[in-house]
Formats: sequence, C-alpha cells, structure tokens
Amino acid sequence: MTSATATAERDAAAEPSSARIVAFLGKTPVYLLLGFIGFLWLVPTLGLFFTSLLEPSQIGRTGWWNVLSSPSIATFDNYNAIFHNHAITSAIWTTVLISLGGTILPIIVAALAAYAFAWLEFPGRDWLFLLVVALLVVPIQMALIPMFSLYNDLGLFDTILGLVLFHTAFALPFAIFLLRNFFIGIPRDLLEAARIDGASEMRIFLRLILPLGLPAIASLAIFQFLWVWNDLLVALTFGRNTQPITVAIFSQMRQFSANIELIAPAAFISLAIPLVVFFAFQRYFVQGLLAGSVK
Amino acid sequence: MTEMTTTVEAPERGLPPAREPGLWQRYGIVVIFLAPALVLLGVWIVYPTISTIHRSFYDRSGDNFIGLDNYRTLFSDATLRKAIENNLLWLLVVPAFVTAIGLVFAVLIERIRFSVAFKVAVFMPMAISLFAAGVIWRLMYEKDPDQGTVNATIAVVHNRVQPSGKLPNALPSTETVTGSTKGGLTLNTPLQPGSVAQIGLTGILESSMPPNAVQAVVPEPLAGGITGVVWRDFKPGGGTPGKVEQGELGLPNVTVELRDDGGRRVGTTKTEDNGTFAFDDVQAGTYRAAIASDTFAKPFDGISWLGASLITPSIMMAYIWVWAGFAMVVIAAGLAAIPRDLLEAARTDGASEWAVFRRVTVPLLAPVLTVVFITMLIYVLKVFDIVISIAPGSSQDDANVIALAMWRTSFGGVNDFGLGAAIAVFLFLLVIPILLLNIRRFRREA
Repeated sequence: MTSATATAERDAAAEPSSARIVAFLGKTPVYLLLGFIGFLWLVPTLGLFFTSLLEPSQIGRTGWWNVLSSPSIATFDNYNAIFHNHAITSAIWTTVLISLGGTILPIIVAALAAYAFAWLEFPGRDWLFLLVVALLVVPIQMALIPMFSLYNDLGLFDTILGLVLFHTAFALPFAIFLLRNFFIGIPRDLLEAARIDGASEMRIFLRLILPLGLPAIASLAIFQFLWVWNDLLVALTFGRNTQPITVAIFSQMRQFSANIELIAPAAFISLAIPLVVFFAFQRYFVQGLLAGSVK
Repeated sequence: MTEMTTTVEAPERGLPPAREPGLWQRYGIVVIFLAPALVLLGVWIVYPTISTIHRSFYDRSGDNFIGLDNYRTLFSDATLRKAIENNLLWLLVVPAFVTAIGLVFAVLIERIRFSVAFKVAVFMPMAISLFAAGVIWRLMYEKDPDQGTVNATIAVVHNRVQPSGKLPNALPSTETVTGSTKGGLTLNTPLQPGSVAQIGLTGILESSMPPNAVQAVVPEPLAGGITGVVWRDFKPGGGTPGKVEQGELGLPNVTVELRDDGGRRVGTTKTEDNGTFAFDDVQAGTYRAAIASDTFAKPFDGISWLGASLITPSIMMAYIWVWAGFAMVVIAAGLAAIPRDLLEAARTDGASEWAVFRRVTVPLLAPVLTVVFITMLIYVLKVFDIVISIAPGSSQDDANVIALAMWRTSFGGVNDFGLGAAIAVFLFLLVIPILLLNIRRFRREA
C-alpha cells in the first residue's frame, strides 16, 4: 500500500492532468482504513450516548444500536429524570464549584510565587525554586492518608474547600514551574521602567506580568480545569456527601446493570462539558498534557 | 530622573537606597508573594510525604513500630503481589502499544488531506475523564451479546460461521438415546427396514417450541423403509418417558441422519410438523438414527471480558483507546518538523517507502517517541480511575494495580493505613526515577 501511494505521488508530479485522480485512487485504501479506524474510535462514545437515549424498559433487553430502528425507541426521558434527580443536579453543581475553585486558586497562588521566583531578589531563591519543582515527583497517593486524618481534625473533610485546597496544592509545583519560566522571558526593561516609574511590585504584577503572561495562564487554566473536573481519586477519598459527578456515578456502579438508565446519561453529561472546553481550546491542552505527566 | 520615590518597593538595583532598609522592608513583599504557595505546598505535600513515610513503618493501629513488616507484606500478600505484577504488565505493554499506534496513525494522516475528522475522532477520548472512559467500556464489555457492543460484534461473525441450532438445550429423554449435544444424539436401538424409531427429547422450553408443532404421532412402519418420530417427550405433569402420549408435540424441521453399521451417513431427512420422518428405499441391514450436533449448537453467549482472566487486557485496551490520540498528535507534530528534502533525497536515491520510514523517519522521530513513551510510563504507573471503574467488584483483585491497591487498602474497606502508606511509598519510589528523567528533559527544553 505504501509503495502504491508512493507511485501515485510520483505520477502526480510527472503528469498534472490525470495525475490527481490516480493519486486519489492510490490513496483510497488509506482513506478507507482511516475512515474505518475513525469510526471504531467513535463507537464506544456513541454507544454511551445511544444507551442514554434508551427507554428504561428497553435497557437490559436491547442493545443501543437498536435505538435508531423504526419505530424509534429513543427518548430523552432519562435526561429528564436525572435533571430532576437532586443527587445528580447537586453533584453537577459541586463539580462546577470544585473545578472553578480548583482552577482559579492555584493560578493566583502560582502566579504570585512565580513572579517572586522570576523577578524578586532574595537569598536562596534558586534553591527554593528547585525544591518547589522537585515536589513534582510526589504522587497524590503520598498525601492521601495523612490528609485524611488532618482533614478530619481541621473540619475540611467532606467540604468543597477541602477538595479545592487539595487540588490547588498539587497543581502548584507544575504551575509555578511553568509560569516562572514564562515570566522570566518578559523583557527586563519593561519591569525596570515600571519600577523606576514608582510602580509597586503588586502593581507591576497585576498590570504588567499577568496580562503578558496570559497565554501561559490560559494553557494552565484549561489543563487544570479538565484535570479537576475529571478527578475521581481525590473526591472519592475526601468526600462523603460532597460528591462531584464522577463520585456520584461511581457510587451507582456497584449495581451497574440495574442503574444504566441513570449512569449512562449522567456519564454523558459529565463528559460533555470537558469535551466542549477541550475542543474550544484544543491546542493549549496538548502542551498541558505533555507537561502534565509530571503531576 | 527628576524625583526619587521613598516607597519600600524602591528600585533594588541601580540607584542606592536612601537608607539601609529593615528585613521586613526588604523582604516583606517576597513573603507576601511566596507565602500562600509555600504554606499550601508545606501542609499539603511536604508534611504528608514525610508523614506517609513515617506511617509506613507502623502497624494498622499506628501505635506499634513494626519496621519493614508492611513492606514485606507488600511482596508476600497475594492480592498485592498480583497488583504489582499487573502494573508491571501495564508498564511493559501499554506505553509501547500507545507509542506504536500513535506512530502508525501519525504516518497515515500525514499522507492524506482532510485528516481533521480522523484526528478529532481519535483524540476525543483524551478530553473524557478516565473514569467516564471506564463507564463507556464497561458498557462495551457487557457479556450479553444483546447489550455489550464487543460481544455483539463477535456474535455476528460467530453466527455466520456457526449458526445456533434449533434445539440448543435439548437432552435425551431416555437412555436409549445416547451421545452428547456436542457430538450429536444417537438412538441406540438397531433399525432394519420396516422399523419405527422413536427419539424422545426433553429440556426444551415451552416458549422455544416452534409454533407449527402439532401432536406427535408414531408413524406406521414402512415396507423397505425406516420411519420414526422426534418429539418433545414431556407434558405437564411429566408423562412417561420414551412413550409418545397425548399432549406431547412433535419437533418439526429437525434434521435426522440414518447411519449404517460403520457409522457412515446413508441418508438425511427432516421431520414433519408432527415430528415424523421417513427414509424410503433402505437396503437390508442394520442402521442407527441420529440427530446431528448442529441441531444442538448453542448460540454465542458472549466472552466474559470482565471476568478474572481477561479483565486486565480488557482495561488495557480501553486505556490504549484513550491515549492513542495523544500519541498521534504529539508524533504528528514531530513528523511535520522533519525536513521534507531529507525524505525526498532518500526517495530519489531509490529507497523504498518502508526503508525511508525505518531508516530516516523513525530515527529522526526518536526524541518525540521517547517523550511519548516516558509520558505514558508515568501515567501507567499511577493508573487508577479506569481500573476501578471498569472492573466489577468481583474482578478487582484480578485487575488490581498499585494505585488501586493503595486506595483499597487504605480507604476501600481494609482501612490499614500502615500498609496503605507502604504501598504509597513503593509507588513513590517507582515514580522518582522516571520523573527525574522527565524533569531533566524539561530543563533542557526550558
């Protein structure tokens, strides 16, 4: 197949007239193959979506591929039901709060620290920065047990604040690392000029550094938002009644087959929002993921 | 420079300060900027790390120092060893597969236009949480071919190759009929021309009886031929086995074989609505009547993907589904950065496409492939969400990985913080070398 396409390409260079058709035909196998693989990749997600449209009476009796049969057995009843299910709606709301808090707070805290590491002079600065970056190696699992006990003592267990603070702390090493490296690229002259003009450090930070650092901050924000929205481990450990949507669905999974009419639409909603965020800001996301392996 | 400011934030370099500032004046602003981050890092990461290491040397109650006992348990306990073995398997299989599939996809999309749709389809699972991906694949892997997509697909192929029989659950009603439903059932009574064969079967549900079945009839003997009946030897209340009675239905459309003494098939026929069949013009000799095994072929009832033996490969497949898009996008970016003329030069020199790929493309991509591979190693080492969501409770011991074992031991019912801490430390020790590698790479790039 590869040599066939290569031949087609050479022909295309030699004969401009009929060559395009030859080239296209030569690539037909590639198109077909990619079309097939692309379809295969979509099937699982489509399966969840169509399952969520099945009438409750049909769940467990028929496959999702029959949803499109006529007469149609598709219905939005399941969605209607979960939007009237208090546990699910409050879980969605909790997810939104945790995700926003867990995105905004680490960015503020990290930006402040990153500015200090980039542009303020103090003894041991580079040493301290290295130490902060070194914390990247600590997996979340290392913090679960002590924080579980500490949260109980501090009254942070089962609170949104507790979850937000946990996500914030574990976002910091990477966020500080990324932002400091970005801030340090801001021309020194700009800062010097502002300082000479009498601007306070806080003013420089707010008026100069933050606007200039926006690309890095945006990239960080999207990655962090998706990370927190999609979290299961932290919320499962530190929440009981404060449940984001992942945990709310998880608690239904013990009787998976019996609860599909609830699990399928709830899972679809839980993935629809990240999907929108993600496709809106795709290119920032890839950078974040590559870097995110250090989390 | 017309006027000098006297604020604390006065230039730290350049002009000398008017007077020597105090410590607070000099570093107060540093404290304000750094304090929130350092407090959070200290309380949420540094303190627990030390505390977890400390805790791992204590027993379940936390009162008794037990040295390395928890670490010994880690390698001697069957469940935990399974988790370590599984995680090792994950490390060996998944990063390599993800990188290879990403490379293949990247090379393929490079050759065509309109690749955006494909990229979107393959990359989409990245946005979905691993937990939601788990829910998706839990549905895919349902055992019932009427529900699980994977088994439904296999069922289509399976039923094409081996259609399910008419009487998948039938059993002989008396001992005169022998054999198994796997090899076919044979009536042991020897038959000569003029004999009447009675083949009674049970185990057939009322609901699965063909609608055209009518009262079974024992046919008249036929001169120079062999006749017989295949019937459902059961009626409400039971009836007498081996005897055609009022209320017992014939089994229509069953293929009956006539075999000679050597077991060779000499004829086949199908039963009527009342269960009767007839072979005309049978030469003298002894024969046996039999029902072939395909009548009893069971329908495909699904591979149990979520069962003990397949659960880990099943989860790995789902995980590869999630990550292939990431590998594809990163490798495609690397591919786009390879100078075209290098490839062209190789082609002009007469290298085949395969040679160009192996000798030029892959070596030039090596740094990118390494990045993808190492990234995957780290994610795979900490894999948790997708395992806990795909594996049903009954299979979690078989699907276990280190991060899941840590969570289950600490919070999932066992509640042994000492052992849980030891598992966390073990995971930490495994992550460190890979991460140091990664951080060095970052520093080079930064």
